[in-house]
Amino acid sequence: MADLEKKQNNLDCNQEFRRSRRGIINFLVNNRRALSVFIVFIILMLLFIIKNPKIFLHREIYEAIFRSLPIRIVLALPLVFVIVSKEIDLSFVSNMTFSLWIFAATAKAGWNPFLCMLLAILAGALVGLINGMLVVRIGLQSMMATIGMKFLLLGLVAGGSNIIPIPLTFLVNTPFYNTFVGKIGNFPVQMIWAVMALVIAMLLFNYHKFGSQISCVGDNLESSREMGINVATIKILAFVYVGIACGFAGVLSGLTYLSFYPKPGSPDELMLAVLASVFIGGTPTTGGVGTIFGAFIGACTIRFIETGIIEAGLSGFFTQFFMGLIILLALTSHKFHKSH
Amino acid sequence: MKTKFLELKNVSKSFGKVNALERVNFYIKGEPEIVGLIGDNGAGKSTLIKIIAGIHTPDCGEIYINGKRMENWSVVKSRVSGVETVYQDRALAMQQTIARNIFMGRELTGIFGFVKSKLQFAEADRLMRTIGFTSKVFASDSAVVNLSGGERQGVAIARAFYFKANLMILDEPTTALSLTEAQKIFDFIRQAKKGGSSCIFITHNIYHAYDVSDRCVVLDRGKIVMETNPEHTTAEQLVKDMQKIAHGKVREGINNGRS
Repeated sequence: MADLEKKQNNLDCNQEFRRSRRGIINFLVNNRRALSVFIVFIILMLLFIIKNPKIFLHREIYEAIFRSLPIRIVLALPLVFVIVSKEIDLSFVSNMTFSLWIFAATAKAGWNPFLCMLLAILAGALVGLINGMLVVRIGLQSMMATIGMKFLLLGLVAGGSNIIPIPLTFLVNTPFYNTFVGKIGNFPVQMIWAVMALVIAMLLFNYHKFGSQISCVGDNLESSREMGINVATIKILAFVYVGIACGFAGVLSGLTYLSFYPKPGSPDELMLAVLASVFIGGTPTTGGVGTIFGAFIGACTIRFIETGIIEAGLSGFFTQFFMGLIILLALTSHKFHKSH
Repeated sequence: MKTKFLELKNVSKSFGKVNALERVNFYIKGEPEIVGLIGDNGAGKSTLIKIIAGIHTPDCGEIYINGKRMENWSVVKSRVSGVETVYQDRALAMQQTIARNIFMGRELTGIFGFVKSKLQFAEADRLMRTIGFTSKVFASDSAVVNLSGGERQGVAIARAFYFKANLMILDEPTTALSLTEAQKIFDFIRQAKKGGSSCIFITHNIYHAYDVSDRCVVLDRGKIVMETNPEHTTAEQLVKDMQKIAHGKVREGINNGRS
């Protein structure tokens, strides 16, 4: 390494080769997709505020949104890794329900909730591992494999629990509850966890070998393999990462809504909303590129649209219309960012 | 004189009834040199370099690296010995930066596997300068997809060069490139030689080969028929000689047809 740094000092500067961009411009160019979504988000917020200042200038609505938003953020961030590697995971919401079931059942049995949470995360990670193995070792297409896994888990949870809800109200105001979904002042703690998840995912994606290699894998699988990247491990790790997030999101959702209730069918809406946030955030399905910050903003945008449209006085029936409109507009705008 | 880096002795390879290579003797010197492989389609050029890269196993014959006989020659062994094949576009991840491509799979990492991005960018900058990659538009954080064909190969060559490849193999690096682009690639190759890497490249264009190579090897129907040194023979002479060989082939073909 000392050798490298020595060479660096003796730069042969006769040749012209433009220096790397540094600082703010570089940041703007690299994050242009995420930023354009951010601008859409700001405009939307302004519209909402103008339309209904009473509600949107008060903290209650933000408190309400910040209670449920973290679940989506935690789910969306690791999905970026899977999608960048040119795979997809459609089983994540089922996996979340499955982990929540493990958590609720063990917590109700009187186990230490921290231990239950660890079990839930391990269960989620195990499902992720199986997903990864199906895709990499058996060679199934990830979309089909995870659709299979989605039904398998839903069925398992429904059959295993007999669709009997497990109330989790006994956890309220325990130290465990306050750690994850308590309040600091009026601010929901789970939003802090979501931001921590964001920081971890950004570090992994932008500054870690894992992010660097998964981008190469999604971009050019053959070449990555030839250059010595362990393609199989990288892909499996991405699925396991999604699984871990499912476990954590499962516990968060259990604590937020204080019950486990396996409603068949309902997870699909959450699944599509989370996937949509990744896509409008600026991660294409073509692989190789993606943005973590974009997925974060995407999740915020969709969550705010859902609430905002109703509060702005439009009929709630139009929520999905506007969601669809914004998704299409965002995707169209990404087309223009493709090359600079 | 140093021991030859690579030596093939009596190497033959056939695909079914077709003899792609017949008892070929080929070598790369110990000191860096640039060797141009010339020949018609089907002369066995690709087969030869694929054997060197370990993709094909020869039917018979011996392979020596630095004077040591290699058993069970394979892609992995060839890579370990410092032979890098530079494929045209296929080796690059298009949407990633130049730096990320150069360090693909061999990232410079610090604690907990975090990439030392600044060092990587600086190293990539330095490397692109040494190899003579001149551009005011691109930097080591530009995406490869924005580069021209020649420049992309420059990145692939830089990568092989950075990891101290003893021998780089370029399969028709100048095909489908404009004259100036091809010239760029030859500059990269020359710089890589200065840095201590040998290079074999395949080309159809004799004038290209003459510009850059220290030695030209002409293959015809699986045999090495001529080996020239650009200092001793002119390109025109080589073209004439090659035409003679080609004529011989045609005549032979006609004769065979009649008999």
